[in-house]
Amino acid sequence: MLAVALALAVTCAAGAYLATSRDVLRAVIGLSLLGSAVNLVLLAAGRLASSAPPIFVEGQSEFGAVANPLPQALVLTAIVIGFALTCFTLVLVLRLIQLARVDDALHLRLAEPLAQDPVKPPVEPDELGEPRDGAAAQRAEGERC
Amino acid sequence: MLALAPLLVPLVTALLTALAASRPRVQCALSFAGSFTFLAAAALLLERVHAGQTPRIAFGGWPAEHGIVFAVDRLGGLMVFVTALMGLATLLYAESDVDAPRRAPYLAPLVHGLLAGVAASFATADLFNLYVWFELMLVCAAGLLVLGGRLRQLDGALKYLALNLLGTLLLLVGVGMVYGLTGRLAFDELRSASEHVAAGPLSAAFGLLVFALLLKSGAFPLFSWLPAGYPTLPAPLLALFAGLLTKVGAYAILRLAADVIPRAPTLYDGAFSTALGWIAAATMLTGVLGAAYHWDLRRILAFHIVSQIGYILLAIALGTTAGASAAIFYTVHHIVVKANLSLIAGLIASTTGSYDLRRSGGVLAARPWLAALFAVPALSLVGIPPFSGFWAKWLVLRESFALGRYAWAVVALLVSALTLYSVAKVWLEAFWKPRPEQLDSNASAQPRAARPALAACALLGLVTLALSFAPQTLAEFADAAASALRAGGTP
Repeated sequence: MLAVALALAVTCAAGAYLATSRDVLRAVIGLSLLGSAVNLVLLAAGRLASSAPPIFVEGQSEFGAVANPLPQALVLTAIVIGFALTCFTLVLVLRLIQLARVDDALHLRLAEPLAQDPVKPPVEPDELGEPRDGAAAQRAEGERC
Repeated sequence: MLALAPLLVPLVTALLTALAASRPRVQCALSFAGSFTFLAAAALLLERVHAGQTPRIAFGGWPAEHGIVFAVDRLGGLMVFVTALMGLATLLYAESDVDAPRRAPYLAPLVHGLLAGVAASFATADLFNLYVWFELMLVCAAGLLVLGGRLRQLDGALKYLALNLLGTLLLLVGVGMVYGLTGRLAFDELRSASEHVAAGPLSAAFGLLVFALLLKSGAFPLFSWLPAGYPTLPAPLLALFAGLLTKVGAYAILRLAADVIPRAPTLYDGAFSTALGWIAAATMLTGVLGAAYHWDLRRILAFHIVSQIGYILLAIALGTTAGASAAIFYTVHHIVVKANLSLIAGLIASTTGSYDLRRSGGVLAARPWLAALFAVPALSLVGIPPFSGFWAKWLVLRESFALGRYAWAVVALLVSALTLYSVAKVWLEAFWKPRPEQLDSNASAQPRAARPALAACALLGLVTLALSFAPQTLAEFADAAASALRAGGTP
């Protein structure tokens, strides 16, 4: 019990420390660590009294003290989803760092550029999705039905 | 079996369209077949729930305390139908070349996956399952945000993901705490089980759940992911996101607060209601101030979402059956109107060559019919009678005054005036102002295939007009849906 509580506290602290980092890669790893802490919470919510598997042996018809299987199923689901999201976010961050050549969150202002004028918001690029050149237009034409 | 349709139809369509990614025509046919099937199934579901039935299915035949249950009541059925309608409008619009999303092959699977997540959230009757569908939505939304892979999109997607990941983690802790306290996850079981739990811990768990859902619905202190991520989307996807995603969070708050965990002593007395009401007021105000400040159409629309979510939360915070009914009416009205405005923003930008209002102009002269299409949802958003927004706001305000919540009602009225200002800005700058001459050269050519886009806008415009001139139909349905929530009438 105490071990689980301590593990939770340490994971939470490490996750929160990393997640608030300005280095975006660290922030993602921090969020992933926080996810692990949450999985521990979920497991602990099902009570940690016993670790015996909830399986009947020959001739048995009632359980003594066994582990609660439901939170284990929940945690398994959460681990799978968390893993997929962490992978996606890591790839996203790596690509972002490659393209932007900066990994400092304070300098990543591409989606929300800072205003130069004290009153008016900045004029942003439009990037309308219309095919510009002939080849792209042709490709787009073929993709449409 | 019908209760499973909201999940099964879009999910199967997503898989089939993913398999057909290399064959555009087949994929397109599959995508529309799936979308129409979904709409038909949703209409059938709506008819069933209107007749008073509650289609339900328990997976694997497990009893509710062990298995997962899907149950569609009036509220769920209505939301599923609106979801199917939005999916159809988005796919239709994406067939035009107006602000078309790039790298189209993976658009259809992700859109259907997103629809599956949204519709399944409305259909599920299990707390952990709800979390799973939120994650499906998040995964598909992240995929759609980075379609095209431009730097600006990646940056927006990271901001969207970082805060939403935190939100799902908090949601999961809340789910875990509720399970730890009650030993139950199915909504039916939670209703009775939560009555035997100490009020303090249950309030903490409930508060955490609501906090996470507020983050997901873009409420006051934590909405910064929304204006960062949404404006990087192309018009049809912006419409889908703007219409549906944040509303799932608001729906989940209504479902939990009014239906699933309503009886715990401290939840629905003053504290919860007052806190949510002030959060709603702050959300309305900050959102509309952002919309008043910005000049980029997409950003204006993104901030309007925040502001309108405030109205829905305010209606929920009132905590009465009439309040819940107003929230349901407002949500349906808002989904249709907001999606339509986002779609029309794409058409405006394709006419003038820019989303920025300072470089825009002359749309009224160039395309008068576009002005007519814009007028319906724009006037409705502001709340000018007789459009649907007027009825929605009137329902919310009437109940606020009836309960003596004058401060919130005054904020809501003030926000309406500011909304009028920001919409008038769009009208003056994009439609009335003559087009700036130096920009004529780089303005884009006429979109060659704008018809599907116009059809999508007209479809949503007609829905808004129907809601405007026959609000009674929806209002009665919303009343019935709100009364069916178990907490109905808890003061």
